[in-house]
Amino acid sequence: MGAGSWRLYVAVAAGGFRRYATYRVATAAGVFTNTVFGLILVYTYLALWDEKPQLGGYDQAQATTYVWLGQALLAALAIGGGGMENELMERIRTGDIAVDLYRPADLQLRWLAEDVGRALFQLLGRGLLPFVFGSLFFPVALPREVSVWAAFLLAVALAMLVGFALRYLVALSAFWLLDGTGVSQMAWIAGLFCSGMLLPLNVFPGAFGEVVRVLPWSSLLQGPADVLLGEADPLGVFAFQAAWAVALLAVGRLVQSVATRRVVVQGG
Amino acid sequence: MTEAAGRAGTFDPVVWEPRRGRVMAGLRTYGLVAGMWIRSTMAYRTSFVLTAFGNFAMTALDFVAILLMFSRVDALGGWSLPEVAFLYGLSGVSFGLADLAIGSMERLGQRVRDGTLDTLLVRPAPVLAQVAGDRFGLRRLGRVVQGLMVLGYALVVVDIDWTPAKVLLLPVALLSGAGIFCAVFVAAGAFQFAAQDASEVANAFTYGGTTMLQYPPTVFALDLVRGATFVVPLAFVNWLPAGYVLDRPYPLDLPGWVAFTPPLAAAACCALAGLAWRAGLRSYRSTGS
Amino acid sequence: MAELETETETETAAEAGAGAGAGAFIELDGVEKVFDVRKKTGFLKRERRQVRAVDGLSFTVSRGEMVGYIGPNGAGKSTTIKMLTGILTPSGGRLRVAGIDPSRERTRLAHRIGVVFGQRTTLWWDLPLIDSYRLMHRMYRIPDARYRENLDRCVELLQLGELLDVPVRQLSLGQRMRGDIAAALLHDPDVLYLDEPTIGLDVVSKAKVRGFLRDLNAERGTTVLLTTHDLQDIEQLCSRVMVIDHGRLMYDGPLDGLHEAGESERTLVVDLERELPPIDAPEPARVVRVEGPRQWLAFPASASAAGLVARVAERYPLVDLSVREPDIEAVIAKMYAERAGA
Repeated sequence: MGAGSWRLYVAVAAGGFRRYATYRVATAAGVFTNTVFGLILVYTYLALWDEKPQLGGYDQAQATTYVWLGQALLAALAIGGGGMENELMERIRTGDIAVDLYRPADLQLRWLAEDVGRALFQLLGRGLLPFVFGSLFFPVALPREVSVWAAFLLAVALAMLVGFALRYLVALSAFWLLDGTGVSQMAWIAGLFCSGMLLPLNVFPGAFGEVVRVLPWSSLLQGPADVLLGEADPLGVFAFQAAWAVALLAVGRLVQSVATRRVVVQGG
Repeated sequence: MTEAAGRAGTFDPVVWEPRRGRVMAGLRTYGLVAGMWIRSTMAYRTSFVLTAFGNFAMTALDFVAILLMFSRVDALGGWSLPEVAFLYGLSGVSFGLADLAIGSMERLGQRVRDGTLDTLLVRPAPVLAQVAGDRFGLRRLGRVVQGLMVLGYALVVVDIDWTPAKVLLLPVALLSGAGIFCAVFVAAGAFQFAAQDASEVANAFTYGGTTMLQYPPTVFALDLVRGATFVVPLAFVNWLPAGYVLDRPYPLDLPGWVAFTPPLAAAACCALAGLAWRAGLRSYRSTGS
Repeated sequence: MAELETETETETAAEAGAGAGAGAFIELDGVEKVFDVRKKTGFLKRERRQVRAVDGLSFTVSRGEMVGYIGPNGAGKSTTIKMLTGILTPSGGRLRVAGIDPSRERTRLAHRIGVVFGQRTTLWWDLPLIDSYRLMHRMYRIPDARYRENLDRCVELLQLGELLDVPVRQLSLGQRMRGDIAAALLHDPDVLYLDEPTIGLDVVSKAKVRGFLRDLNAERGTTVLLTTHDLQDIEQLCSRVMVIDHGRLMYDGPLDGLHEAGESERTLVVDLERELPPIDAPEPARVVRVEGPRQWLAFPASASAAGLVARVAERYPLVDLSVREPDIEAVIAKMYAERAGA
């Protein structure tokens, strides 16, 4: 890939960032809502860890940090929906996707760039404030070492890749299904539950917990959280996330090529 | 006499319909609009079944999370699993009913933005009723069913000294709770006249509210409990009546009869929400945006 | 006019005045609409500014008139219509429709008016057309006999018979517009407001819609007020035209007068096989622009294009051609120019 095309994807990402940045009121509303949900969740966790200190290997401060981290990443990783997938599905449904196929940019990479731009804005504009609020008013366990923060940011970046790859697959289902509401809803439910947004995955008991922890969704929240809280070896988390990212992106490419062949055969 | 002149001279009796009975007119309109949306839903049966199931599953996972918590602990804030399930059931059914009835009001901002609210304003029916029935989603029954299942489970396993008053309080609390949540939906809708992009703020009080009520009041900071009792009186949905039924003291020092006041709280909330709605609609009609 | 004076003094007198079918049916007297607009002037600074969307507008429309209400985008057209239908509350002045103050008695007025928004359908997207009509029947509490009578008439005249059982989403734009017009007329409104009723329609659909509106006005005596960008709508339907700009009435009178104020022209766009010198067009058509093989010929809006097309086709190697209708903006622009010149 030449330097020219890199510039194209950077421009697309910047466009995605700006597009979301224009919705100031919606962003403020989102910050408020994430903060309120964080407040509710943090008290239930405090009660839980009161009953059972060291539950799942976390102490109480780590558990509250986990709550606010979840609220910070929820919108950025589009765990509960709200990423590029709705727009892509709409373009597939209306047939506008045929136009995209003739564009010079690669379909998957272009949408990835767009989604990364969106995610960066959601992280800074929407995620940061609830996290700061939580850190100020609740006992949190934040690392002092810059290296841990750097590792955490890398884990978040990998989480963005995995999150995108999952949602891209969901969106591509629109090539075969007339109405994608059911699929996106299921994906949304799986995302919320299996990412650890409702409850940290290391609290899940027994074999159930074992299974959930190796699913791709655990790359989204549990992975970055364990890196930040110093509960997991960063290299292991990176490898796990990268493996899922590569596998899911490859499947996405495969599905995409099958799907676009259909479009070409049907003549758009 | 020509036909035109004849028509001009006569008056359609409906024009002279008395102004009282606005509530009846509203309910009738709501029924008509919601009925149309149910018929629309039935045009896509597969999608309806899928989304209704999704709605059920989504809420069910909330409860699964609680079950997972109780797989590791025996009590939360001093309340046992059957007691928390009782709270969850009451809150889930109340919120589910309100969400089923007027949950689509969160789309009002969208209608204001794209100008389609105007098409509702030229009809001879209360706007609130039309907006409330707009996009009526039968799939939301999934949430009600899930709430009823948890409530049923709770009633079987929880240990209650039943008295006639407690039995009577149960349906009263459910309906009052639905009324309180409906008021929250309407107030949030009114707020969208002022800030069309801020529909998410409503989620903090609706979905956030019902999530909070699924847990015992003893879990939360006292200021939060005060806010949920005196500012946005969500406590009347289940915390107060359930506290009475289960003989659990409320974290705030309130007299015992307060457990029987959910209908009053619901009426007050609905009245305030109605005023907020009128103010919102008035501002829309003076600014057109 | 004594009747007019007393008309609005009391509710009953107003009804009597309107009911008698005499005098002004729509009345505006110094109506104003002022919006507060907040403009961003800095990172957090906002500047408040007042915009007069409608500025001291006065006119009357009699029962049974058919009036074209035109003006450039943002001139205050839709603000006026919104005030007339009770959607918006005027900031000042006096406004009555059928003796009713629209903003104060919105629902009562709704029984007397029909509204068609050109680009926003009021029909139920996923349901057969007839279902939307059944809803109107019940929402407007139309007596059964009258509903059936009106529906039959609309179905016949708007050729909706085949479409009644088709889901609205499957209708073409023209079919949907006809469906929307029928929906607005089932409750026998005294006045019909149409906002761009022919926008995006093909020639055949436009003709159907115009024919229906003409008959409606002639036979039922329905007062019609329509806004449009299509000058042909006005030419074929309206004996009276009002032009609004910057919230003020610029012109109120017969269409001929508007034509005098700004003679309109249509344009024939001709794509030739190759670059050629300007086409030798018969009077009064003339070439106004040449760009490679493409040429633009202007001719009077009142003249038929057929003769001109035949003449050109006979003598030149044609690849493609199209006719561009004159638009309201062009006419108004000319009107301004001529006023300034006068």
